[in-house]
Amino acid sequence: MSVAIRLAGCGRTWPGGSIALHPLDLDIAAGETLVLLGPSGCGKTTLLRLIAGLEAPDAGGRVFFDGEDVTRLPIERRHVGMVFQSYALFPNMDVAGNIGYGLRVRGVARAAARRRVDEMLAMMRLDGLGGRRIEALSGGQRQRVALARAIAPRPRVLLLDEPLSALDARLREQLRQEIDALLRSLGITAVYVTHDQAEAMALGDRIAAMEKGRIAQIGTGRDLYHRPANDFVAGFVGDTNRLATPEGERLVRPEHLALRRSATGGFTVVQATFLGPVVRVLLRDAAGRELRADVPDEDVPAPGERVAVLFQGRSLETEAAASPA
Amino acid sequence: MPDRLRAALLIAPALAVFLAFFLVPLGQLAVAGGAGGYTTILTEPRYWRSLASTLLVAAGTTAITLAIATAVGLFLARTRFPGRGTLLALLTLPLAFPGVVVGYLVIMLAGRQGLVANISLALGGDRIVFAYSLSGLLLGYVYFSIPRTLLTVMAAAEKLDPRLEEAARSLGASSFGVLRDVLLPGLAPALTAAGAICFATATGAFGTAFALASRIDVLPMVIYTEFTLQANLAVAAALSFLLGLATWAVLALARGASGGAAA
Ligand SMILES: Nc1ncnc2c1ncn2[C@@H]1O[C@H](COP(=O)(O)OP(=O)(O)OP(=O)(O)O)[C@@H](O)[C@H]1O
Ligand SMILES: [Mg+2]
Repeated sequence: MSVAIRLAGCGRTWPGGSIALHPLDLDIAAGETLVLLGPSGCGKTTLLRLIAGLEAPDAGGRVFFDGEDVTRLPIERRHVGMVFQSYALFPNMDVAGNIGYGLRVRGVARAAARRRVDEMLAMMRLDGLGGRRIEALSGGQRQRVALARAIAPRPRVLLLDEPLSALDARLREQLRQEIDALLRSLGITAVYVTHDQAEAMALGDRIAAMEKGRIAQIGTGRDLYHRPANDFVAGFVGDTNRLATPEGERLVRPEHLALRRSATGGFTVVQATFLGPVVRVLLRDAAGRELRADVPDEDVPAPGERVAVLFQGRSLETEAAASPA
Repeated sequence: MPDRLRAALLIAPALAVFLAFFLVPLGQLAVAGGAGGYTTILTEPRYWRSLASTLLVAAGTTAITLAIATAVGLFLARTRFPGRGTLLALLTLPLAFPGVVVGYLVIMLAGRQGLVANISLALGGDRIVFAYSLSGLLLGYVYFSIPRTLLTVMAAAEKLDPRLEEAARSLGASSFGVLRDVLLPGLAPALTAAGAICFATATGAFGTAFALASRIDVLPMVIYTEFTLQANLAVAAALSFLLGLATWAVLALARGASGGAAA
């Protein structure tokens, strides 16, 4: 029941003339999870709302679901499921009322609707909470209800706008795994908006990294991490160092640097911070340039010591880095 | 103990005002009716009829005002267009009018020489006049109540989370479904509060009724007549008390029905 989504020449200009989205083409395969990743204000929500039918693209833009042109179809007839950051649960209905709402307004028979609601309650581990009022739920429970409500009418597409950003870190991690498992078991086409790169890496089949209303790069997490298309992607997906080498400037991930104590080394250790899996070491050379290295927690040089920096591993082949900076 | 003392001190002024300007006169009013006053109004059908028409006009006013204010308020709260500010200013203009002025406006519209009468006459029909009847009064009250109700509805509508509506639509709800399941429940507390004020104002508004006078038999008019023209103090007091009691009962019912949502 999942569909492929295609956007053709979809841009969005606000009435004041500011551009939220430059015209872009985007193909999302049936059953795929695409993550829209980018900093605040880069147009992620706008793109999601274009797909949902809550915004219309500028003239010339078209949206297709499985080849069907849905550009002029309002959201209530697109059959999409939406999950909002703020949950947007109906406060005047209980949990079961919320989950069953899409079935009720679509005229599903009462008995069938009740079965589906029970099924969703069990699937989202909300058993026994059907009669609860929304105010009496925790944040995590609310987000589960919001997911269940979106999924209950078996939508063609599931659209999630930062669904976890209102939750604390531990719960976020747990719900992220649940959503990941859910999306895989449903096989539904999903678009997931986040500004958290760890979340994007963990969830998406592919990630579209967005910058100022454009898709800077689209690919798997590995593609974006190891072969970023430009400085922006390199900097947003993981940390980078600029390293001057004889061949020119290179972008290098902190974990690809190793340190060796050496009285003639070019760098001095400024700070060493224990992060758990690694120690983040801040280095400075005579010219004041800084480097960050992530090294194992074994015999780490102390602040003040001089070290040589060894480059082990690959540098990032961005187009920007290949040209002299 | 100091805490309780401080609370008592803080509440004392409010209590004093309440006693001096509300409870004491109310008690006096209740007593002033005397056994005679209450017997008269309880046995005289004319008073019952006028109480009934008062409550009827107030209920009608409330229903019509809420319907109009909800539709207009929702529209104005969610739509931006040139001239919106001017329209809003015009709609809320009657806020500044005394009831008597509103009464004259109704006469200008639907009185013997009014606009409606002249148009119906020019079209070859009868002279249509309804200013001096309950419908005229209803019109005046609605006109009078719309500004305040409209402002209350707009304030509440602007606070509604637009995501709720979007969520309902994404689940397949029609515009009517959104209104029924999201907008009206979200506006319910504001509508109850505004409706209560509207109802209370319409039961007691005197100026408009006075301007339209002649054939209208609502309680405030009856009380005025009994008091000033017939110097029947006992009956006037008893009627006042009855009107207050009836209004209070209706408001309490409305508040109960909305789960204590009204202010
Ligand atoms: N209704 C609107 N009218 C005018 N400008 C808007 C409107 N909605 C959003 N914008 C602007 O469009 C740009 C893109 O907004 P959008 O909400 O898509 O960003 P986002 O990537 O989702 O950001 P965030 O991570 O903060 O949610 C922003 O600059 C925003 O200020
Ligand atoms: Mg957003």
